[in-house]
Amino acid sequence: MSGISKNFSGVQALKNVDLEIVAGEVHCILGQNGAGKSTLIKTLAGAHVPDSGTIEWNGEQVSLHSPQDAIELGIATMYQELDVVDGLTISENIFLGHELSMGGFLRAGEANERTRRLLERLGHGDLPPSREVGTLSAANKQIVSMARALSHDTRLIIMDEPSAVLDGEEVKNLFRVVRELTNAGIAVVYITHRLEEIREIGDRITVLKDGRSTANGLDVSETPTSELIRRMTGREVENVFPPATPIPDDAPQALEVDGLSLEGVFHDVGFTVRAGEIVGLAGLVGSGRSEILETIYGARRATSGTVRANGRELRRGSVRDAVRAGIGLSPEERKSQGLLLDEPIFRNVTLSSFARFARGGFVDERRERRIAAEQIDALELRPADPDRPARTLSGGNQQKILLARWLVNRTSVLLLDEPTRGVDVGARAEIYALIRELAANGDAVVVVSSEIEEVLGLADTVLVVGDGRILTTVKSDQIDEHQVLDLVMKGTSA
Amino acid sequence: MSESQSPTIARAESGPVSPEPQQRRRFTARSLLSGSVGRNLGLILALAALFVVGAITAGDRFTNIDNILVIVRLASIIGVISVGMTFVIIGGGIDLSVGSVMGLASVVATLSAVQALADNSTWLVMVFTALAVGLAAGFLNGFVIAYGKVVAFMATLAMLVAARGLAEILANRTTQVVRIPEFIEFMNMDLLGIDMLIWIFVLVAVAGWILLNRTTFGRRTVAIGGNREAARLAGLAVRRHTMYLYALAGLTAGIAAVMILGRTTAGTSTHGQLYELDAIAAVVVGGTLLVGGRGTITGTVFGVLIFATLTNVFTQNNLSTSVQAVAKGVIIVVAVLLQQRFAGQGSKSH
Repeated sequence: MSGISKNFSGVQALKNVDLEIVAGEVHCILGQNGAGKSTLIKTLAGAHVPDSGTIEWNGEQVSLHSPQDAIELGIATMYQELDVVDGLTISENIFLGHELSMGGFLRAGEANERTRRLLERLGHGDLPPSREVGTLSAANKQIVSMARALSHDTRLIIMDEPSAVLDGEEVKNLFRVVRELTNAGIAVVYITHRLEEIREIGDRITVLKDGRSTANGLDVSETPTSELIRRMTGREVENVFPPATPIPDDAPQALEVDGLSLEGVFHDVGFTVRAGEIVGLAGLVGSGRSEILETIYGARRATSGTVRANGRELRRGSVRDAVRAGIGLSPEERKSQGLLLDEPIFRNVTLSSFARFARGGFVDERRERRIAAEQIDALELRPADPDRPARTLSGGNQQKILLARWLVNRTSVLLLDEPTRGVDVGARAEIYALIRELAANGDAVVVVSSEIEEVLGLADTVLVVGDGRILTTVKSDQIDEHQVLDLVMKGTSA
Repeated sequence: MSESQSPTIARAESGPVSPEPQQRRRFTARSLLSGSVGRNLGLILALAALFVVGAITAGDRFTNIDNILVIVRLASIIGVISVGMTFVIIGGGIDLSVGSVMGLASVVATLSAVQALADNSTWLVMVFTALAVGLAAGFLNGFVIAYGKVVAFMATLAMLVAARGLAEILANRTTQVVRIPEFIEFMNMDLLGIDMLIWIFVLVAVAGWILLNRTTFGRRTVAIGGNREAARLAGLAVRRHTMYLYALAGLTAGIAAVMILGRTTAGTSTHGQLYELDAIAAVVVGGTLLVGGRGTITGTVFGVLIFATLTNVFTQNNLSTSVQAVAKGVIIVVAVLLQQRFAGQGSKSH
């Protein structure tokens, strides 16, 4: 691809970007959110048509007008949002859109057989082709997605943050599969936020910043990390995690969880968070960490146990009661659980509090806009326009909207589920600093993250969760990543 | 990878075309087509086109002020129901029962007037009965949907069938004549040369516009329709509000019942038949998304007026109602097609 440019509604997403991919290589695309990574790969996948520039495939100039064009050339894409249909079986998903049929009748047997072979090739021969995809874990759904990409005669696979939903072991399997693909001469375009993954799997790197390529085809083994970060952010990022501020001795208990259980998910979870303290929950996907947050928040009804916020006991299963008591949740799935994507920033910021700003049932939009603008300034939310639809913002800025929502609502206990998922390295440091600042101002914070490093770096106290139980509670400076992993593994196998 | 080592090769190429003119063009196109003003502009154009057709084919018979008032009066009853329907649809639901709830309300109201015989103030009793019946049916719908977690389509379909049946039982399949001259007089009164039905429609539409755009009720409606889960996790009382939305639709059906009592001077179980479909069509043609989260009262009003004008143009030209029905169907499909274009444009730009 060369000289690719793309405009969206007056915003230039790509400016003259070049990208060259060689057969059999893993080509990493690195860039902050909003840098144009997604737009670039969608252009390559035929989902967007560039406004200018050319794409050459095997030396011939091609134009991709639809995803079908790209697939026919042998370009397959695994999108970040898992694009599988829950209600269909694995093999139906894999052959979706190019069903094997004879005279209009599906050849299910043949499809199942080929599915089995594809899954085997991916090291997952244990998955039955006729299983419904809705019953699979996120990691296995991704395997299905990859099998679908391979079901065509594929020469190039684009993977958009494939590791975002995976844990350690699954990432290793992913890498193994990627290596097998490249050994077979297939090129892989790999998009990620995690620099350490690039080190492990990547051959060459293209770095995007603000829709321009700041580096083309750098050799991974010869480029130091600091240079990548500099090219990505335009500045040096040294200390990602801000220093912790000591919690005053007389800080009151802001959140007290006692004997909380949700049948079949977790049992007897108890911990306390003081004002100004950050507690981190570390554990694998499926360990129950997100469910614990949601149950504290009342989004799920606990089967037993109590939650007290600022001394007041909360009604079980009532989000409204939790919000009234000063708790706020930033959910794991920002887009589907947190935001009104087509509504402007300011209405998203005041979603929990607009009734308070209203007078006699009439909303006061001018005041809401002003208050949202204050938060935009304070959190450095970009673009700084209260009327921009939330959809157009990057992951980091969407996360800031959710933080702003609870700040406006004068929340004193913040529950953050994967606050940096889909947020790039530069913006992560900002989010970390914000969370620290909130704690320093006396908020109690509970953070859940699948990145152990994040939990350790951010939290004062770490709870290691495994198999629906709290395995251990420890000060974050008295444990390291390996010890946490050890605990988690033991807890899950026990 | 047989012939070449490089599937995609970069080659120097002229830079991007200047983004400036394109930017401006896109902006104008977008604000024209998908903005709230723009969508209504399309409706205004459609309505204007119908007027031109009417004026050409029927001349003065169509353009005189009396005929214009006939059109608006024709639109008024469906219009009131459509305002309530707009709220339900923006909130992510649907209400199929409004037509038969309106019929039920008209029957119960006339019966109550007979019971409270020979009192001059009975017509107020009748009005309040109609509103109460509509409101109660709406609350019941809302309760079953919000707390019983029954799909809105099925819950209101059940109400559609049941309310019509109940109305038939109560009316004993006869028409209940309203014998209260004061009521008939009031409902057929002219105010500044415009009749009462139109005033009620205007009042309901204005109240609906304010409720949707200026109040917390409206904000909740849009939020819940836009992303139910996000609204719940933000601490909004999603279920309670959902119930209120159906209650509001029921209330507008009650108001419509009062209007039809005034116009026909009789209550019958057949009042309001298929009104729910006309209302849904008007709401959708008016630009409200069936999936919820976006819509306007202004658009709905235009939608209702377009259908009423269409009917009038056809009647003026002595075309059969069957031809009208076909034309209506075409308009609905075209409107939805256009709507999807705009919706696609909006969501593509992320």
